[in-house]
Amino acid sequence: MSLVNFTTREITCKIVYYGPGRSGKTTNLHYIYGRVPETRRGRMVSLATQTDRTLFFDFLPIDLGQISGFSTRFQLYTVPGQVYYNATRRLVLQGADGVVFVGDSQARQLDENVESLQNLQSNLLEHGVDVRTMPLVMQYNKQDLPRELILTQEDLDDALNFRGVPSFAADALHGRGVFETLKSISELVLKRLAAGTPTT
Amino acid sequence: MTSTLNPRFTFDTFVVGAANRLAVTAGRTVAENPGSAYNPLFIYSGSGLGKTHVLMAIGHAAKVIASQLNIEYLTLDEYVEAFHAAIAAGQGDAFRRRFQNVDVLLVDDVQFLTNRKEMQTELLRLTEALQQSGHQIVLASDRPPAEIADLDERLISRFSGGLVVDMGIPDYETRVAILRRKSEERGSKFQPGVLEVVAKVEYPNVRELMGALNRLIAFQAVNDSPINAEAAGKVLGIPSAAGASAAGSPAAAPPAVASPDEFSQFLTDVTFTVGKAVEAWRARVTEAVMRWEGEGYRTGRLEKLLDQETPSAVDEVIASYVQDVERLKALEAEVAELDPQAAGEKVFRDPDHMEAAEAAAAKVRDGAAPPPAPSAAFPLDTFVAGPSNEVALNGARDCIAKPGKKFNPLVIVGRSGLGKTHLLNAIGLELAKKKNAIVACLSTQQFVDELIAAIDGNRVDWWRARYRRATALLLDDIQLLAGKERTQEELFNLFNQLVDADRQLIFTAPAHPNRLEGLEERIVSRLEGGLVTEIAEPDKELRRGMLERLLTHQHIALEPALVDYLADRPIDSVRSLTGVVQRVVEAAAAQDAPVTAGLARDVLEGAPPPSPRRTAGLRTSGIVVSSAGGVRSREKMVWDWPFAADRVIEDLR
Repeated sequence: MSLVNFTTREITCKIVYYGPGRSGKTTNLHYIYGRVPETRRGRMVSLATQTDRTLFFDFLPIDLGQISGFSTRFQLYTVPGQVYYNATRRLVLQGADGVVFVGDSQARQLDENVESLQNLQSNLLEHGVDVRTMPLVMQYNKQDLPRELILTQEDLDDALNFRGVPSFAADALHGRGVFETLKSISELVLKRLAAGTPTT
Repeated sequence: MTSTLNPRFTFDTFVVGAANRLAVTAGRTVAENPGSAYNPLFIYSGSGLGKTHVLMAIGHAAKVIASQLNIEYLTLDEYVEAFHAAIAAGQGDAFRRRFQNVDVLLVDDVQFLTNRKEMQTELLRLTEALQQSGHQIVLASDRPPAEIADLDERLISRFSGGLVVDMGIPDYETRVAILRRKSEERGSKFQPGVLEVVAKVEYPNVRELMGALNRLIAFQAVNDSPINAEAAGKVLGIPSAAGASAAGSPAAAPPAVASPDEFSQFLTDVTFTVGKAVEAWRARVTEAVMRWEGEGYRTGRLEKLLDQETPSAVDEVIASYVQDVERLKALEAEVAELDPQAAGEKVFRDPDHMEAAEAAAAKVRDGAAPPPAPSAAFPLDTFVAGPSNEVALNGARDCIAKPGKKFNPLVIVGRSGLGKTHLLNAIGLELAKKKNAIVACLSTQQFVDELIAAIDGNRVDWWRARYRRATALLLDDIQLLAGKERTQEELFNLFNQLVDADRQLIFTAPAHPNRLEGLEERIVSRLEGGLVTEIAEPDKELRRGMLERLLTHQHIALEPALVDYLADRPIDSVRSLTGVVQRVVEAAAAQDAPVTAGLARDVLEGAPPPSPRRTAGLRTSGIVVSSAGGVRSREKMVWDWPFAADRVIEDLR
């Protein structure tokens, strides 16, 4: 997918929310959905099980309108976190311009976070993408839980954030850190406009 | 470069208030009378207060009044970069000339002169040059000249010698006016009182004021309903008189109800980032323009990009431009080899007219005739060897085997008619057989005549280049250079260049170089520096060889008595020998008798007493006049006509 199309004057950013099961990826999208004016957002596609587990993926298109003469659209995706849906995750990752890794701040979920991060890396490699070249932002969700249950942002950075990418403590249910995360990944992705060679 | 002037930055779009009125008035005056009102004009203000706007507005206004004016706007950094690029490309003088020819030069961000001594000197020189030639220079900085750290005193006084004006923070009324005008430009309408709320905040510069307006525009756009003054205050975090407790800590507040604020803030941020990213192409184009202009190339194609809002395929255009420049460089280098004068033509600096450059190069290629080649009439295998020319022939063979390496130059000396020209051309023919050889072989007279024609046609460079390309230069009768100072000068330079490049040089002369008159010492010493070899009068063995070849050539039986008789004749040159044989053959044909020794004796000695032996040096064009002054017999009058072919060649020379 081309990020900037000078011929049709379009900018399309595909951002994928990645992370272990139940870390709060879909919650992020729901929160954003609730804050985007109706005229700006498309229908949010969500294929979930009865227990609200994402079965396939969530999709939220946002139309930011004309920016600097470019019709700008964001497409937000989430992947199913459960281990056995790896083929879907890989599929959703295809053509991603940026990834938000939504980690679960609970201490007992640390291994799942690590595993999911490794899974992200290998799935990107399958697409021939080095994770080090992909715009990436870490979000440590569920920071509203009691302190004794969760790791701090610093701890999580130490454990997960090897690349030192931007990271955010979040409480997606109440919206804390959600837009900060989105803003950060958008900036990283859009900065590629200046650095990379735009395709036509 | 005028295209880098932002078309939106004119005086018409600039909101004038008390804080900037003086600067604008001065700017307008300068635009109306460049070079005569305030020169230089120095404008300073804090960041974001409109320096760049005024600077560009001066450019636009001056252009409107006099469209032929050459106006350039650039930041100091761009100037520095262009200067460095020009220096690196060896175009420093061209760069200086270019800026000295600018009618109105607008330089932004002069504060960056700090710690740049060499640029300060350069700018001082430029300012002086512009002032002297009545050209205008306008400078902008974020501080007055005296406060620019480490600035040369001369520059401070030079800048202060014109007019130094500052621009302050706009007052409330100006801020309202600015907000109104900007929102109008963007097609946004606000409820009464909204902009006034914004204007009440004393933002330190107009840029931040614009940021606030942008947020309002974005907010109103997502709400699809007009924003009121109170909401505007909240959006911008301005505590209103009514007391806005809502603006507490937004992150901590549970946003139970959808707050569009987060999204609009996000939208503003994204707009800013996209704007910056998309505009990055402008920086790339400008950079390319500066670079290539500094190197002296026309950049029209790139400048056209800057006129467009969002051109497609910017990088492709730059890449194709660079490719064309590279091709131009290659063409120019090729042409410089053939005709240095033509290489300087503008056509090789304009990538927008590649066909013209290709055509010009093709024209030069066509016109680059190779230098005169050796004559095919003198092959080496017809050159008869004997003890009298053995050394010369061996020298020639060495030169053929290792051109430029062993004997350079080779000077073949000897009287006329001994075969110097033959040997010279024979060497030339052999050298020409080598790969990529360009052998120039000609008489010195032709060399002189060509130079005169080149001077006449103003094509000396072309003439020089033609010989500089030669892999070997062979000049016959070098003594004819006597008194031709310019040709000697040219030959001297050519000689040095060719020898340095290991190209073979061979000359012929009637006598040893140091006995030739009228030749400069530096030429003589160079001729003597190689091998000077002499061809002596033909010895008996050589005469025999020659006779055998001549008689065989005429299909005459080689009767030993005939060969012995003719070989014993007192003959002092190959050419004489040829004449003798010719006479005998013709007499035999007239008498319808076979060529024998007896016949030869009759013809050459005959009834009349034997002619006195001709004295050397009186021969002219093959006709020898008796030293006694009178024509005693037919035989004495013309007795050694050379071959017709020889004469023709000699005539041609």
